[in-house]
Amino acid sequence: MSQTQDPTPTGVFDPAETGVLQAGLGAPKRPLSDRIPVVSHLKHSVGWQRTMLVTGLVLTGLFVIVAIFAPWIAPYGYAQRTTADGQDFGTLQAPSAQNLLGTTVSGFDVLSRTIWGAQTALLVIICAIIFSIFIGIFIGLLSGYFGGWIDRILVVIADAIYAFPSLLLAIVMAIVISHGQSTLWGGILAAAISITVVFVPQYFRIVRSEVVRVKAEPFVESAKVIGVPTLRILTRHVLRNSTRSVPVVVTLNASEAVLTLAGLGFLGFGIEATAAAEWGYDLSRSVSDVTSHIWWTAIPPGVAIVLVVLGITLVGESLNDLSDPRLRRRRRAAVVAAEKEAAE
Amino acid sequence: MTTVVEDADLASKPVRARSGGLWRYILVRLLLIIPTVFILVTTVFFLMRLTGDPITAALGGKLPPEQLAARIHEAGYDRPLVVQYLDYLLGVFRGDFGTTLTDHRPVTEILLQYGSATLELAFYALIVAFIIGIPLGLVAAYKRDRWQDAVLRVGAILGYATPIFFIAILLKLVFAVQFNILPVSGRASTRVELQLETLNNPSGIYLIDAIRLGNPDAVIDVLWHAVLPGLALGILTAGVFLRLVRINVIGTLGAQYVTSARSRGVGEYRLVTKHAYRPALIPIVTLIGLQIALLLAGAVLTETSFEWKGLGFMLAEYLKARDFVAVQGIVIMIAVVVAVVNFIVDVIAVLIDPRVRY
Repeated sequence: MSQTQDPTPTGVFDPAETGVLQAGLGAPKRPLSDRIPVVSHLKHSVGWQRTMLVTGLVLTGLFVIVAIFAPWIAPYGYAQRTTADGQDFGTLQAPSAQNLLGTTVSGFDVLSRTIWGAQTALLVIICAIIFSIFIGIFIGLLSGYFGGWIDRILVVIADAIYAFPSLLLAIVMAIVISHGQSTLWGGILAAAISITVVFVPQYFRIVRSEVVRVKAEPFVESAKVIGVPTLRILTRHVLRNSTRSVPVVVTLNASEAVLTLAGLGFLGFGIEATAAAEWGYDLSRSVSDVTSHIWWTAIPPGVAIVLVVLGITLVGESLNDLSDPRLRRRRRAAVVAAEKEAAE
Repeated sequence: MTTVVEDADLASKPVRARSGGLWRYILVRLLLIIPTVFILVTTVFFLMRLTGDPITAALGGKLPPEQLAARIHEAGYDRPLVVQYLDYLLGVFRGDFGTTLTDHRPVTEILLQYGSATLELAFYALIVAFIIGIPLGLVAAYKRDRWQDAVLRVGAILGYATPIFFIAILLKLVFAVQFNILPVSGRASTRVELQLETLNNPSGIYLIDAIRLGNPDAVIDVLWHAVLPGLALGILTAGVFLRLVRINVIGTLGAQYVTSARSRGVGEYRLVTKHAYRPALIPIVTLIGLQIALLLAGAVLTETSFEWKGLGFMLAEYLKARDFVAVQGIVIMIAVVVAVVNFIVDVIAVLIDPRVRY
């Protein structure tokens, strides 16, 4: 059993470990389903691990569907105070047939705002992650590959930012970008950029440390010797072998993005209520309702945040465990060993 | 904060004194605080100034333009940015973080007055986190991949997935509103707060002050108010602790000396709590130290939810008032605290295990 363990401390799955060299030698590629991050993880999971991963995927899938189809699912608009025939909802009304989850202190429909909130959250996650992946990987790649004093300075800065409370940094950024309050796209971009600043150091760190390791590998040396242009070495040989921890960090960051957005909204740095629905803002307005036994303004947006973060985190955690040989199920290794023997 | 880089952190610590021993290591590590703080002060200062001067931000529209210009000139915000920056930097090194715009108080005074409340809250939260997080983390590691592990891990993720202000709302709904057994908000009842104010030279930490007051009712009242905020912040931190303990103890439980201890007939309880837990402590201590940043960010939201008048509560108040001088001061102060705590944690890690140095 022990001989099937990865020799290196960090490995995705052992075929991937040798895949780097095999690909260079013209060996056949692994099947597609093994190379797509989440799918391959799903295939290699067993037991509770698989249950957690599947639950996470289902919750995340639901969230994305609700976010995309919010205009059709939600009974009313996010800033609608009256029914179609002009009748007022009234403020702080208890759940009824007209407003399934009641109304807020401003007279909005709670259910509709909760559904629309998914859309805002999804947009912020996507923007934040795209920005931070591109910036983080780019800087990490250059810094790790070329080294020198710029590299050292960047490392110190990244460490300094990494140790800083992320919510405070996001607050500072939110002040800078929008002075605190804004419209739909302004608010989404402000929140996304605030979160990006928090995340870039994380991608920078993981990519850089991988690049530093990979650039010492023989295949990079050989590429240099035969005169492959630096740009091609960077993109083809170094980058493609340095990003395997990125999917895990992306999922964990996606959940952190939802929490940071909610935190900003709760402190009054979100998106204006009439421009978009945002769960954190709705929760901040509901704090005072709680003391007068009004639960319906607080529970729906709160539960929505919990389910989304739970779903994404379950996916991320499972990917993380499946990628870490120290945490991977031993039974799995046994199965693989058996399969290998059978194949031979 | 809680990402996969967990153990890569240890491996990539920038400082590693090659020789020269403990004191040299501590000195180098101490000196490294300076660039960290310097970078943060610089970043925060220039970011905040990108938006223009703080006086326009706070009072723009409330004062006629001439008066506004006079105020700006008086405070020196019309000087070149670099001059202002050097001025601020000098101030920070002398311990002067500026004066708030809205109520004209030195930021340092606010930090001293409200810092103790945040400290007290963080202390309660840490106690909750240690009591819940570490034993459950050991259980999860020992029962790895069984149902106990799955339940505990999902529980830990839930603790992390629930925004702290939502935990606060739920706790309030259940314990303060539905059953009416715990106070909704505040650090103490008004009566007790007035009593506490009569103390000369109060520490600001209500528990200590109440004990000094010698009034058992006051002590109970203060503790009673601390239950919900402590739980709200503690649950979040406990989830993180659980994960850290679990992941590191799983590593050491698989080690050969544990197997050999088991074969010598060492009891399972002792195996987990001594043989596996002790060596796992170094990464745990280091990573728990890194959580102090998370704890302080959480404190901002907890304090706002419970009207716990600490630094976080004041930060939120000044944010609402658009008093960016105060915000800047509090943010930088928190950054300094985080840097110092990280230093202490590194030193503790070295004291626990001398191998870290070499």
